[in-house]
Amino acid sequence: MNKVKLTIDDKQIEVEQGTTIYKAAKELGIEIPTLCYMNLEGLNIENKPGGCRICVVEVEGRNNLAPSCSTNVWDGMVVNTHSMRVINARRTVMEFILSDHPKDCLTCPKSGSCELQDMATKLGIREIPGQEYAEMSTYKTDFSPSIIRDLDKCIMCRRCEMMCNEFQTVGALSAFHRGFESAVGPAFEMDLEHSSCTYCGQCVAVCPTGALTEKDHTRDVINALSDPTKKVIVQTAPAVRAALGEEFGMEAGTLVTGKMVSALRRLGFDYVFDTDFAADLTIMEEGTELLDRITKYLGGDKEVKLPMLTSCCPAWVSFFEHHFPEMKDIPSTARSPQQMFGSIAKTYFADKISTKREDLIVVSIMPCLAKKYEAQRDEFKVDDNPDVDFSISTRELAHLIKEANLDLNILPDEDFDKPLGESSGAGVIFGTTGGVIEAAVRTAYELHTGKKLEKLDFEQLRGFEAIRKATVDFDGTPINIGIAHGLGNARKLLEEIKEGKSEFHAIEIMSCPGGCIGGGGQPLHHSDSSILKARSEAIYREDAGKPIRKSHENPYIIKLYEEFLGKPMSEKAHHLLHTAYFDKSKKIEMS
Amino acid sequence: MSSIKVKIKEKDLNTIKEICKSFDNKPGELINVLHKTQEKFGYLPAEVQEIVAKELNMSVAKVYGVVTFYSFFTMTPKGKFPISICTGTACYVRGADNVLQEFKRQLEIEVGETTDDGKFSLSCLRCVGACGLAPVVLVGDKTYGRVSPEGVKEILEEYKEI
Repeated sequence: MNKVKLTIDDKQIEVEQGTTIYKAAKELGIEIPTLCYMNLEGLNIENKPGGCRICVVEVEGRNNLAPSCSTNVWDGMVVNTHSMRVINARRTVMEFILSDHPKDCLTCPKSGSCELQDMATKLGIREIPGQEYAEMSTYKTDFSPSIIRDLDKCIMCRRCEMMCNEFQTVGALSAFHRGFESAVGPAFEMDLEHSSCTYCGQCVAVCPTGALTEKDHTRDVINALSDPTKKVIVQTAPAVRAALGEEFGMEAGTLVTGKMVSALRRLGFDYVFDTDFAADLTIMEEGTELLDRITKYLGGDKEVKLPMLTSCCPAWVSFFEHHFPEMKDIPSTARSPQQMFGSIAKTYFADKISTKREDLIVVSIMPCLAKKYEAQRDEFKVDDNPDVDFSISTRELAHLIKEANLDLNILPDEDFDKPLGESSGAGVIFGTTGGVIEAAVRTAYELHTGKKLEKLDFEQLRGFEAIRKATVDFDGTPINIGIAHGLGNARKLLEEIKEGKSEFHAIEIMSCPGGCIGGGGQPLHHSDSSILKARSEAIYREDAGKPIRKSHENPYIIKLYEEFLGKPMSEKAHHLLHTAYFDKSKKIEMS
Repeated sequence: MSSIKVKIKEKDLNTIKEICKSFDNKPGELINVLHKTQEKFGYLPAEVQEIVAKELNMSVAKVYGVVTFYSFFTMTPKGKFPISICTGTACYVRGADNVLQEFKRQLEIEVGETTDDGKFSLSCLRCVGACGLAPVVLVGDKTYGRVSPEGVKEILEEYKEI
């Protein structure tokens, strides 16, 4: 690759040809402000429509200002990122963007973490000339089970569109109309609920404004906690403990498991439990199902469906229901850990504390927005009472903690309650890409071979590469494993299966970049992929420090089977821990 | 939980499929496909966009995005006599807006709409190259020059009996 030399703000730098001014400046430590540009390095996720025009810079010898995110450098280029002309242009652009933006910052759910608000502060905007000529858009707010869309706040950065179409290949969102009326949404401006949206929440994770936010369930949780007639229990997903600290000023990758437990106890939950327990339970069911399918396959059964696909991720489940309904018998029938927890809590545990189902409220803390939708699916209700009553995101939990005047930084470390709070390291790694399949391998290997695993860390399954392939030796039987994070990557593996080219026995799929640690309900990463990596490392650290690291060795899981479920895949387990999938694709019909 | 259904006549479905096929079902040919399809159907209703999206293997959201971006494409059927008012610079300064308002008042529709009886639809366009006749109104292929708000009624009368 040819190198070119250029000067940015009087500093010299040599970069590869084809580099943008924005990236070259970044290498020099100069952060050029932008609203639409976004780059998650190492994850192959980039948005550069060159639309917002905030990142303009002055290039010597060029008449007009250049958008730095989409202008390549050339040899001898001289760039000024903060000349008076640039600063004035940037302000004018910002004033145009703000001219038709609602001014309700005080009550906006994005207030405090809004990139538009931060930009207005940074540029010192004090008035918005010409706003009386701007046409305020009047789109109705779309309330889906997981995501709220307030299009009046859309600034057309089109990050959400890129995530939905290019990274996830879901195709629910597209820009429509033009001028003041333009916004991003599903076809025919229908609600998300009627589109092919999977509620993965990646649009929310990258939205710089309050246009896309989660459906807030914190009021429901507070109401439940204030009701003396209810027992309220909580489960926390593995990825939450690796990210919650960020909302309290801690460095990315700080583990706050113990502090989170003590905050939840102080918020008034009667029992603080762990979704990781249910992750162990998932491994028992899913791992047994996998072994069952493999054994049948090796025994010559041609009917058996392989590869088996994981089914923990609700956005992934929606994705194949919408886009690959003909393959709906391939994924494991095991419910997700959130739903397994809810199901066991409202039967086994409710019984233990002599509480009626309707008097037990199950709250889940999730890194995810699709979990909100999953919790209200009809299959997971008994007599209209959901197994999981309310699912709130990591961000919502942070709000609850702050509202209760608690400072996570100074809370003591406390332990989860028993019995549904005990978990193995295998349950913890469910929170990152590759973790579910590694957990499954730890258990399936020992159950299949009857031998003890010497080395528990399967490095070949870890990492952030989009699609990973590995073969694990099950004592003479090679098991081929595939891993994909991001639905676009999952799609590639599904196409292979469809064409009969897939070599895999098992495939793990998570919808979000990096897995659940990069979920749509996590603290906002503001396009910094090092945050996702730090969270993932934290998850593996938590696993390494656990005394028990295999799901089938969790004593409370063993007890649950002894006292209640019998054995994995038993009739009772099937009834409580497994599910079915539905064809949700669009059908063309003649009239 | 049932799947979403799109209803369409078999004949229309085949017409759209043929148009898409004539462009090798390439997503890059979307605008050409939409042009041809609108030529056939007069407009591009949701069902038609669904089929085009499926045939070109792209999301219907994207198709809708393109349909709403270009003012040439329309999702409402045009009237039997489509009325276009030129709001280009010359026509505008000579009072095109007053003429437009009068059409809206008489027909009781907004720009982009069609009267309930399907007879008239209203749209604006920019410059037909007859600035000397400003303000200009087109009804179908027929051009009317130096139209005043008072003349609107007379123009509409011409088509009342047809």
